[in-house]
Amino acid sequence: MRKGQYRFVAGFLFAPVSLYLIFVIWPYVQTFGYSLTDWKGQSQTFKFIGLDNYKALFQDDVFMQAVWHNILFLIFIPVITILLALFFAFMLNAGGRSKAGGVGGVAGSQFYKVVYFFPQVLSLAIVAVLFNAVYRSDGGGLLNGILIKLGLVDAENPVEWLNEPNLVLWMLLIAVVWHGVGFYLVLFSAAMQSIPRDIYEAALIDGAGRNQSFFRITLPLLWDTVQTAWVYLGIVAMDMFVLVSSMTQNMGAYGGGPDHHSDVMSTVMMRNFQYFGKSGYACAMGVVMLLLTLVLSVVMLRATRRDRVEF
Amino acid sequence: MGSTSAENSTNGNAGVGRRDVIKRSAALGLAAVPATGFLSACASGGGDDSSDDSTKGTASKENPFGAAKGSKLDVVIFKGGYGDDYAKAWEADFQKKLGITSTHTGTQEITGKLQPRFNAGNPPDIVDDSGAQQIKVDVLYKNGQLLDLAEVLDAPAVDDPSKKVRDLIIPGTLDAGLQEGKIVALNYIYTVWGLWYSGKLFKEKGWEEPKTWDDFLAVCQDAKKQGIGGLAHQGKYPYYINVAIMDLIAKKGGLDAMKAIDNLDPKAFVGSDAAQAGVEAIYEVVEKGLLMPGTNGLTHTESQTRWNQYKAAFITCGSWLENEQLKQTPADFDMKFMPMPLLPGSALPFQAIRAGSGEPFIIPAKAKNLPAAKEFMRRMLSKEWSTIFAKEANSLTILKDGVDPSVKLRPGTQSTVEASKAAGDDTFRYLYTEWYSEMGAAIEAASNELMAKRIQPKEWLKRAQAAVDKQAKDPASKKNHRD
Repeated sequence: MRKGQYRFVAGFLFAPVSLYLIFVIWPYVQTFGYSLTDWKGQSQTFKFIGLDNYKALFQDDVFMQAVWHNILFLIFIPVITILLALFFAFMLNAGGRSKAGGVGGVAGSQFYKVVYFFPQVLSLAIVAVLFNAVYRSDGGGLLNGILIKLGLVDAENPVEWLNEPNLVLWMLLIAVVWHGVGFYLVLFSAAMQSIPRDIYEAALIDGAGRNQSFFRITLPLLWDTVQTAWVYLGIVAMDMFVLVSSMTQNMGAYGGGPDHHSDVMSTVMMRNFQYFGKSGYACAMGVVMLLLTLVLSVVMLRATRRDRVEF
Repeated sequence: MGSTSAENSTNGNAGVGRRDVIKRSAALGLAAVPATGFLSACASGGGDDSSDDSTKGTASKENPFGAAKGSKLDVVIFKGGYGDDYAKAWEADFQKKLGITSTHTGTQEITGKLQPRFNAGNPPDIVDDSGAQQIKVDVLYKNGQLLDLAEVLDAPAVDDPSKKVRDLIIPGTLDAGLQEGKIVALNYIYTVWGLWYSGKLFKEKGWEEPKTWDDFLAVCQDAKKQGIGGLAHQGKYPYYINVAIMDLIAKKGGLDAMKAIDNLDPKAFVGSDAAQAGVEAIYEVVEKGLLMPGTNGLTHTESQTRWNQYKAAFITCGSWLENEQLKQTPADFDMKFMPMPLLPGSALPFQAIRAGSGEPFIIPAKAKNLPAAKEFMRRMLSKEWSTIFAKEANSLTILKDGVDPSVKLRPGTQSTVEASKAAGDDTFRYLYTEWYSEMGAAIEAASNELMAKRIQPKEWLKRAQAAVDKQAKDPASKKNHRD
């Protein structure tokens, strides 16, 4: 390196790195510190209690159940969202009937692209309001209203979608997938458009059908993008705070019902932090969440690593 | 500086606290020192001299604190369910009678707006510290920010100068503002809890206000036959159905059954006949299909609005209901409050109701215009201002008999006035909801399962008792006890 270059680089790095240290790393360190105390969140008096919070955490049925729910989300949200997004993206970009040797999307693909992207424009709070109206537990709900009209559901006993222990997680999953598919569709579309057309044309000439060109060309060349999508969606699955807290039955505060069947780590943490005043304990949950998220991102990136295809 | 010594001692205490923090964080390898040190420096640095002479007027019988004419009063009001029109009316009256103008702030962001001002030693003169973003009263108290309200409460009452202000307040309603034996917050709104119905619907259907649980079930059954739900509740927030369950328990078993729960008795639920009778009564409503369809999954606004549309005969709620539903209530709805009907062999009479106070008003210790703030609060506890509040916010205050009879209250509020008159001293108030939020949440979760028929009363009792027993293990719960 040339003389003075280090100083030059350090000069540029100083501001962003110190911001990162102050606003990201330092709060994490503090959270860890508080997690070793019995802090009650409303004053600066607390006692050091070692790892007691962590011990209690692993005996807390509600929290362990919440971890399990996050794991379920972690499996299903990325898989379903990515599969749907890939399918739609492929149909929009390369799924059309071949016209005079070219490769293009199905008819009206530009229009569909906009329609699919719509939900992504909405904030999660609005998605929650929308789906609350869809899932509403009496005849005024969209689902119940239709099913009652069709005679499939008794008007006296409408389905309480979000108050059914076996349904509630899936109901939330549908909302998340609906919200996310559009974004990943656009992401995958952009990546697909950067795949040179001649590859498709060559495959077409060799007699490849839609399936073959998808699995042999599109998917391998999209792998980097899919991997990124997986990490993003994994982070969404580890959070879920907004939808759970604003859609599900209230367990004191921040949703989580019925009977903690939809609680996720973030809602349990916030309930302990704000509502129960067990802030030190909640900090321990925060630390566990951080560790889990870190481990998952690393595992995800390692497990999905493949050779890169240059084109 | 009149308050120098007091301030120094506060800082001294804060210093000890800070040193403790340093020691602890050093032990943790935390080094949280700079932040806390900086913050407390901020908090104590701004507290300059506030007693400037312009706020000192001459004290008189009409004006015991000597609020000065021409001075200014800084009022901050939580603009939530009750709005802030009542406070504007008070301020106009204050201006007219004492010549003190007010700067009025109506907001929901109490913490956001006031925390910096408290820290800078520049707080408002009087605050309605309520809502989801209130600054917790105990935190303010611990930071030495609150005025002990004894001076106001012991001053001569506006309506009857021969008595003290505190003598004209409904007994027990000041307790909610207690911190370590001092009343530092005035919980101004009188609230009653129970059942609500539409007078119009009842007249139309020829139903009577049911006095016993059997009559209540009969009305529900008749309603059901006519395609109307019996009981509605705000299912998404099981807090509300707990009002019904707990009221039934208290009325069946008397104050002892209630105190057993608040005092975390090992037989509060399992082994308590009253608790069993109460929860079985509610379950009967579920089992007989007398709930409004879908009510278990509805939010408070959704189910209350359905009830306003005559889709259910009864709903359980506190007396904020009428104001909350103002826009959704049809003009001829004729909203009525009633006590929880009686189970056979109840210890308390039918008229007994759950009653208490809410909406804390505070005076910051470092307020610039203390005399006027005290005078303002003294006047809040006059019949005139209490009537203004009842008119503008459709709710009662903690002032005994505090609404002028010439005022036409809205029907729901009017019926709560009659109900609390009829109740007399037969009122009760659970405190576990204020003391043990975790236990409350666990009981709410169980009630949610009960209403969805996923558990039976027996299991509910077990779960509620488990919540009580768990709370009793917490050493901090020893500090709370009621006799």
